[in-house]
Amino acid sequence: MSAASPLRRMGLVAPALVIVLALVGVPLAIMAWVSLLERGATIGVTWDSAPSFANYTRLAWEEDFDGTMLLNPTYLIIQLRSVAQAFFTTVLCVLLGLPVALWMSSLSKNQRDIAVLLITIPFWTNLLVRNYAWLIILREDGAVSHFANAVWPFGPVQLLYNDTAILIGLVYSFLPFMILPIYSGFEKFDWRLLEAAYDLGANRRQALTRVVIPLAMPGIIAGSMLVFIPSLGSFVTAAILGGGKSLMMGNLIQLQFGQSRNWPFGAALSVVLLALMMLVLVGLALWRNRQGGKI
Amino acid sequence: MNLRRLPFTREISLGVLVYLYVPVMVLIFYSFNANRTATVWSEASLDWYRKILVNPSIRDATWNSLVLATAAGLGSTLLALAAALGTKNRFRGLAVVEAILNAPLILPEVVVAVATLMLFVAIGIDMGLTAMIPAHIAFCIPFAYLPIRARLEGMNPSLEEAAQDLYANRFVTFRRVTLPLMWPGIMAGFTLAFVTSLDDFLTSFFLSGPGSTTLPVYIFSAIRAGITPEINAISTIMLIVSVALVVTSFLLGKIRR
Repeated sequence: MSAASPLRRMGLVAPALVIVLALVGVPLAIMAWVSLLERGATIGVTWDSAPSFANYTRLAWEEDFDGTMLLNPTYLIIQLRSVAQAFFTTVLCVLLGLPVALWMSSLSKNQRDIAVLLITIPFWTNLLVRNYAWLIILREDGAVSHFANAVWPFGPVQLLYNDTAILIGLVYSFLPFMILPIYSGFEKFDWRLLEAAYDLGANRRQALTRVVIPLAMPGIIAGSMLVFIPSLGSFVTAAILGGGKSLMMGNLIQLQFGQSRNWPFGAALSVVLLALMMLVLVGLALWRNRQGGKI
Repeated sequence: MNLRRLPFTREISLGVLVYLYVPVMVLIFYSFNANRTATVWSEASLDWYRKILVNPSIRDATWNSLVLATAAGLGSTLLALAAALGTKNRFRGLAVVEAILNAPLILPEVVVAVATLMLFVAIGIDMGLTAMIPAHIAFCIPFAYLPIRARLEGMNPSLEEAAQDLYANRFVTFRRVTLPLMWPGIMAGFTLAFVTSLDDFLTSFFLSGPGSTTLPVYIFSAIRAGITPEINAISTIMLIVSVALVVTSFLLGKIRR
């Protein structure tokens, strides 16, 4: 089996490659094309309509009766909310994930394995189930709501169906993706360097900012990709904990293929979502390269 | 280890573990509640488990999920195995090939799902298992590919060379040496692909037709209709299955070491 000839290699790789290209690549190409077309009366798209950027214009503007373009913030707000939610989810995951990864790396070998298992179990649990669990906790007649209402002096508290509920659900869904990459960075670290820092008179803050955080940086960047990307494209969390009131881009896209039956607009939204992700990925990659240069 | 000198890491970690596990505990707790409203605890009962076991739509959905996950797991593992063997040696364009194979990991699932929906409508494929199986195979490929590839990478090439020196032909070498050595990676890849397909909601949500509802799709519409102890009971069963799978693979890993 050694030194496979290029032809044999092609034969082995081609089937998987063709399947992924046909069922992921081709659909995305069709989607890009549909985003330029007009909506259809029955199946959602008029295939033979003239291509235009009208669907992209609709993302921010709407045409008034007399033809002037007015700024329409409805969809912009949803796009901004999605980016903000994904951003805050990532920040919260870093703030929670860094101490957890540090703590894990201070355990003994056996305890570490168990800690990794404890962090991975929720990640293997179905996403719907995890978000449903929060629906039960935060619901109106639940214990947490009663407690919040008893403590909070300024009128009734609504815990569910708002941005905070979505944020809690997103952090809950993606936290392991942040903890594990940071932890795997720490696992290889020679902790005597931290001792050396203390010996050389560093205080805790300096040890943290000069040793621990630079060390965690590759893990934080990898984890940020793994958290930000799925948060931005998430559908389930906002569908369950946002209750249809607080939408994210994923939900808006789904609506265009469900009730609204406006495929071209949904396709345009999808293209924008992909573009936003690309932007973040490239940004993070550039940042990582700069970090890499420093270390 | 002077880690303990960094304050609060232990406290925050314990808090995070509570945050991770309390919602799940609450969910399980209420699945044993006799009260229909699911908010007020009345008494312990297994009624909801009995109800979901005889519910025909849940039975059908479970069956569909298992058929789909088996087909997607087998299909993607076979394709990934071939691809892994083909990418064993470095070659020009390897990075591109791997980027394409792993693309489903990065692309937002909601986008790929609606795009696939458009493709299938355009070429006239009916929604249902015939649409879901190929779509699931496609996004499961990286989950099967990565463990197989990792296993192949860690393999000692001199074993294959030794077999060929001892006059084994290519086929015999593959069947008697390469395949047995790769087996743990293949099993890990299949398990990962199977579980990924079983847990998938979004792709199935867009591509399932009447009569081909999967369990996650059923659960989603049930949640949309309202909180009931039945959902808690199904969720608990799914949780136990997932935890059992993870813990088993963890223990197997420990034994193998």
